[in-house]
Amino acid sequence: MNLNNMNLLTLSMLLPLLGTVALAFVPKTNLLLTKQIALATTALVAVVGIAMTISFDFGATGFQFVESREWIPAFGIKYALGVDGIALVLILMSVLLTPIVVIAGWNESEGGRWSPKVFYSLLLVLETMMIGVFASTDVFLFYVFFEAMLVPVYFLIGGFGSGDRAAAAVKFLLYSLFGGLLMLASIVGIFVMATRYGNRTFDITTLSQLHTVLTPMMENVLFLGFFIAFAIKAPLWPLHTWLPDAAKSATPGTSVLLLGVLDKVGTFGMIRYCLTLFPNASKTFTPMIITLAVISILYGAFLAIGAKDIKRLIAYTSISHFGFITMGIFAMTSQGMSGATLYMFNHGFSTAALFLVAGFMISRRKSSTISDFGGLQRITPIMAWSFFIAGMSSLALPGLSSFVSEFLVLVGTFTRYPVAAVIATFGIVLAALYILIPVQRALHGPTTPGNENLTDLTLREKIAIGPVIALIVILGFYPSPLLKIINPAAATVVSQQGFSDPAPTMSEGKK
Amino acid sequence: MITFVSPTLDYALLAPILIVLGGALIGVLIEAFAPRSARASSQLFITLATLALSLASLVRVRSGASTTAAMESVTFDGAGVLLQGSILLIAIISVFLLADLDNFTALAAALPGSDEERTSLQQDLKVTEVYPLTLFAVAGMLLFPVATDLVTLFVALEMLSLPLYLLAGLSRRRRLMSQESALKYFLLGAFSSAFFLMGIAYLYGYSAAVSFSGIHAAVIGGTGNDIYLLLGIAFLSVGLLFKVGAVPFHAWSPDVYQGAPTAVTAFMAAATKVAAFGAMLRIFYLSFAEAYWQWRPALIVIALITMVFGSLVAIAQRDVKRMLAYSSIAHAGFLLSGVIALNKSGLDASIFYLFAYGVATVGAFAIVTLVRDSAGEVTDLNRWSGLGKRSPWVATAFAGFLLAFAGIPLTSGFIGKFSIFSAAYESGSTAILITGVLSSAIAAFFYIRVIVLMFFKDPVEDGTSVVIPSVYTQITIAISAVVTFALGIYPTPLINFIQSTAQFLR
Repeated sequence: MNLNNMNLLTLSMLLPLLGTVALAFVPKTNLLLTKQIALATTALVAVVGIAMTISFDFGATGFQFVESREWIPAFGIKYALGVDGIALVLILMSVLLTPIVVIAGWNESEGGRWSPKVFYSLLLVLETMMIGVFASTDVFLFYVFFEAMLVPVYFLIGGFGSGDRAAAAVKFLLYSLFGGLLMLASIVGIFVMATRYGNRTFDITTLSQLHTVLTPMMENVLFLGFFIAFAIKAPLWPLHTWLPDAAKSATPGTSVLLLGVLDKVGTFGMIRYCLTLFPNASKTFTPMIITLAVISILYGAFLAIGAKDIKRLIAYTSISHFGFITMGIFAMTSQGMSGATLYMFNHGFSTAALFLVAGFMISRRKSSTISDFGGLQRITPIMAWSFFIAGMSSLALPGLSSFVSEFLVLVGTFTRYPVAAVIATFGIVLAALYILIPVQRALHGPTTPGNENLTDLTLREKIAIGPVIALIVILGFYPSPLLKIINPAAATVVSQQGFSDPAPTMSEGKK
Repeated sequence: MITFVSPTLDYALLAPILIVLGGALIGVLIEAFAPRSARASSQLFITLATLALSLASLVRVRSGASTTAAMESVTFDGAGVLLQGSILLIAIISVFLLADLDNFTALAAALPGSDEERTSLQQDLKVTEVYPLTLFAVAGMLLFPVATDLVTLFVALEMLSLPLYLLAGLSRRRRLMSQESALKYFLLGAFSSAFFLMGIAYLYGYSAAVSFSGIHAAVIGGTGNDIYLLLGIAFLSVGLLFKVGAVPFHAWSPDVYQGAPTAVTAFMAAATKVAAFGAMLRIFYLSFAEAYWQWRPALIVIALITMVFGSLVAIAQRDVKRMLAYSSIAHAGFLLSGVIALNKSGLDASIFYLFAYGVATVGAFAIVTLVRDSAGEVTDLNRWSGLGKRSPWVATAFAGFLLAFAGIPLTSGFIGKFSIFSAAYESGSTAILITGVLSSAIAAFFYIRVIVLMFFKDPVEDGTSVVIPSVYTQITIAISAVVTFALGIYPTPLINFIQSTAQFLR
């Protein structure tokens, strides 16, 4: 059966919207039905995502599941969708994580400012936009999703989070809007330049040739507009300060999507837009970006070691991980690129596992301070083990999925920037610290007063966390199916713009 | 001996304007002769019928062959007809707001706090004069963007301004403030009219013509005395920039926006902008285009200052109407980029932006009329906190309009911003693009703050409530919201229509 012709991308974006419509007709008091609709919809979308992955042609280059319709022809804007291996993997990650978030956060939606109906509607709308942002092959369409997805996340944080959620939501939104508006300036620039050179279009494939006619100055400026927006999204030091607040205030489920999916839009954008549209500028700025990435790796790790709040800790570890991803991308080697993409996927699941287990812990203890836990291993062994495995995945223990990707990133970087790679390796040492310290404090040692009566994971929670942990372990031993999808796309990105894997003897680039 | 040639007026083309004027006169007659009880409903009917009829005849004008009327003092080209259509549509949805006459004073002539005022309130009088006044203003607005000579332009300017001065002073509550704002508006408006006239005089001195084409010919021919051209453009611009509320001629707008009855503010904010920018686009595109190196730098500076000033000062506002006033100043700055662009895409973008912004503005002010306590509308932003909890739909609609003002994708504001900035950048103005984007970021801050206030803060218990919107207000809000989002999601039909229709004929 050829699924390529079935507009699966549009279908997967339409389903959540239909779910939202269905939710509108559910009475406010019928909580169970609300949740069931949300779960059924997201599960259905996940099935579509898996079907796409299965029918994806590993060998072919270029976009697959392509759709294209006129949207605003006056500006050359199309509703154009398509995925390469990188986008497909990220879409797969998104659609798998969403139902898990629904299951894990079964009761999260009830403590909010509004009814759970609103929570699930926002979640479903967000899912549509998450798919759209990865699937767009039209720069304008991408921007529309990129900006519009801020709105549901903003309300999810501000309406259903905890603590100073309104402030965190505003900080998140303002940071993102600022970046987005810089990107808008660049998009206007691209539009005018493309018009001037005779091709009024936003098609990414066509625009990837635009750099041949741009002046270096212009290319650099346009590049920065995109890059700053992405660096805010995938928080790169020093633009990261919104993330810990947002992650701490959001519900664990929202945090999973925020760190697991939304932030990936930043790193995905660096590959799809920065590298493809502005290869020369990317080369120009690489030393600076690699430096920022290395700083992020170490800075995130140090702050994670010092973090007292478990959610902030996970947020800081992510800053460190995004440093690795960014470094892998801008190493501009096919290994680095594949590693970075795989890293994005794996980070999605290991962070999800950490956040979900942390969420279970917090909901039981009513506290997110690490020192409030202690002795969990004895009281709640399954929860403790889940946290332990998720933590090990986060520090990239061999045998778990993150190890493969971190290794690829470091190898890919080393061939071009040995010094950066060596410094970044310290990040791994620090990772051991920031994971083992909370493991020691929260799981081992004497039982902290107040923890005696904690209950272990319920069946629902096991159903949520089980697949994530299974995936982490399986991909740790057997990553090749994913790499098969990723590698051709990564190699295309690296090669098509004239980057090539360096010969083994190449010396380090200018810093 | 001078032979007198009687002017040919071409009534068919003038019909939309004449119909509105006729409707206004009927309104005046109703005021004079109809019994009080019948006035409100009959005036509303007459006004709506007039506007609808005018819109219908406008469709005929569009398909008409001839383009100039009244001895070439007005030109009905594609752009003019589009602008007139926008004004009429905005007027129609605003009239539904006027229909809620409780916002207006009972007897405009009674002194605030006087016995007459009390009596008139007891007798439950209504100022149904607002309808004919509005129609007179609409007629002026319809004439303003199609006028192609300076004298007609000036007549149109006064025709649209004088009723607005009156309307601004008719608020039912806080009457002193309302009257003060009307007086301010009138005095400053009179000043700007004087400047405008002075500009006309200089331009006449420069080109020996009052028609746009005559001035254009003089600019091309270069009669030499460029200083008069420059002075003429400068003084004329003062008058126009005053009307659109650009810095440094904006001082009236926060006070008037705040003081005027909200329904009037909605109409004025939206429709005046369309008319004034329409006229501005026409005269700059048609008459001054070739002299752009003389006026463009100054206009760019004004646009930049207007964007930044409007956005920055709006942050400090505690009153929703004042906040919207400063936001409209910022938008005037964005719209000036369309004038500066001086190309076809600038014209298209401006018309789209004007329509989209006008509709969203009417919708936003319509919602302001709904939030009240026992003493009338509550415009203090602090008392809007928790609105999302008490009346989720009203708050959601307002948030939608704010997001459109902020230019978030999937709203009309985003398409408008994108097209107008790209037009300005296409014409080479990088400063406009960068500043526009940055001030949009600043502006986003205060729009979001209002959203935070409505949704993430708890209600204050002070009796603020949302009145159940009357059917008329509901219509206004519904139409505005639908248009705002439809133009954000699928703007293609309108954009294509504007692109194929909008052009200025000399």
